[in-house]
Amino acid sequence: MANYVIRRLLMIIPIIFGILFLTFLIKALIPTDAVSALFSGTVSEDKAAEAIAQIREKYHLDLPWYRQFGIYVWDVMHLDLGESVRTRQPVIDEIGFRYVNTLILAFSALIVAIVVGLVTGMLSAYFKNTWIDVTSMSVGMMGISMPAFFLGFVLIFIFSVQLRWLPVIGRGDFQSLILPALTLGFIEAAALSRVTRSSMLDVLSREYIRTARAKGMSESYILFRHALPNAFLSILTMIGLQIGNLLGGAFIIEVIFGWHGIGELAVKAIQWRDFTITQAVILVSAGTYVFVNLIVDLLYTWVDPRISYEE
Amino acid sequence: MTDMILEEQQTFGKPTGSNFARAMRRLLRHRSGQVGGGVVLVLVFCALAGESILPYDPLSIDPINRLKPPSAEHFFGTDELGRDLFSRILYGSRYTLMIGLVSTVIAATFGITMGLLAGGGGKWADMLIMRVVDVLLAFPYILLLLAVVAILGPSLWTAMIAVGVGGMPGYARLIRGEVLAQKDAEYVEAMRALGASHLRILFGTILPNVLPQMVIYASFTIPLAILAAAALSFLGLGAQPPIPEWGAMLVDARTFLRTAWWVVAAPGMAIFVSILGMNLFGNALRDVLDPKEMSK
Repeated sequence: MANYVIRRLLMIIPIIFGILFLTFLIKALIPTDAVSALFSGTVSEDKAAEAIAQIREKYHLDLPWYRQFGIYVWDVMHLDLGESVRTRQPVIDEIGFRYVNTLILAFSALIVAIVVGLVTGMLSAYFKNTWIDVTSMSVGMMGISMPAFFLGFVLIFIFSVQLRWLPVIGRGDFQSLILPALTLGFIEAAALSRVTRSSMLDVLSREYIRTARAKGMSESYILFRHALPNAFLSILTMIGLQIGNLLGGAFIIEVIFGWHGIGELAVKAIQWRDFTITQAVILVSAGTYVFVNLIVDLLYTWVDPRISYEE
Repeated sequence: MTDMILEEQQTFGKPTGSNFARAMRRLLRHRSGQVGGGVVLVLVFCALAGESILPYDPLSIDPINRLKPPSAEHFFGTDELGRDLFSRILYGSRYTLMIGLVSTVIAATFGITMGLLAGGGGKWADMLIMRVVDVLLAFPYILLLLAVVAILGPSLWTAMIAVGVGGMPGYARLIRGEVLAQKDAEYVEAMRALGASHLRILFGTILPNVLPQMVIYASFTIPLAILAAAALSFLGLGAQPPIPEWGAMLVDARTFLRTAWWVVAAPGMAIFVSILGMNLFGNALRDVLDPKEMSK
């Protein structure tokens, strides 16, 4: 067990380096553009050249790439994400509260996805080939095919424009969280429901379930105590994968609903070519994803102790 | 002489005409295959038919007929510049297909090469390539695309390249697994005994044998690729207006939700129906090509 945890922790190191390198590329490959865009047309050419030279020095753009990379890693290790090219504010201040907002959105959506996905998936499996199964699988198929941004607009149209129950644009309170969380959650619930159904079907056909039935156990006991824990491993894998989708999906949902998260900021930053913000948002989100995946992997050993003995 | 034997060996074991025909017949009888296939055919027809089938010019502005609701004259209504939405949707189908195909070709070409080299190129190549794959997979999908767009700058081509890059690790992993599984198969041993080179075995022998799995895999990555590219365009990071790409048509959608729902509904439904069709068709294809799935 301890061995497995240590091995799993060591595996993270090259991945973190890879992530740092890829996000470093964002800065290394676009800066001249961003720097000269700051001054284009506002001052005379030699003044601009001078200012550009200063900025290049400030951001270490005059150094060879491996030294730039070294400085970048060093800064990140000290939680220094630089300052926004555009607003000159420290990046960490700009993304701090937004990061929390994104996590709130993603986590709420995760709960929606798990509740809806597990319930519909289990019902489908239990009532296999009845109208319940057919309906929930058809809705699931639609969910998989539905672009999140379109579903968001459909929900806004129904609940905000027609029924006027919920606000159109985010204000940061609980009411404004409902629609974005439902939108993101429904989309992910579709995939989770399919996985739940197929792994439940697999488990329900096993002999120990037949034995449990023969012993006269109640159906709900069989379903929740015998079947679900055994089907849970593949469901957990799916949930782990979906957390990445939820983080990425939140980026799109935030733009639709005006939810002030890091996704909304990242999209603007890319358009503004504010590379420090873009870089920081992508770094922070990828870091979060790696961390969450680590937790999911460690949860495996808890759900199914056989895993740590393998290999 | 060896070459002739090699050629014979390669044709041996490939799906014969009758097998292929049987799969096609099953596909035609498959209900979701029929529906999905129909949608895909309509999509391909619209994309290939060109401007001759469009009732209006998809780019021409008509200030007098702004934001007209759907009618016999304008089936899907008109947008804020008076452009006919029906024509724009039909015309947009070519971008949808182009994005799906180009990004999948990028993902498959690089991904398959990476996978083949990782699976058959020795320990070091394997480790190096799979670490790169791990890093790419460490990013949430949309974020990886955003990183690529941030580097290359927003455009339709960038969106396709980004989606292609995002798809690479999936192909690489799949192919690597297949190569490892087939490496010691008898037909590969036979090729080795005949003196075929390592590269020839990888690309000439193993690759054709894993192509059916690739087709199945592509059948469900293409819709994902199209959705992702549409999302990028919607965020203003892919195809730029006035290109009638469906995602790009939704950029200002929120403004019109109150007053002109059809401006949102037309491109939204177009994406939804196309993706649904492709997913249904993909499911059918999997059922037909993969006998293991059929029993489920």
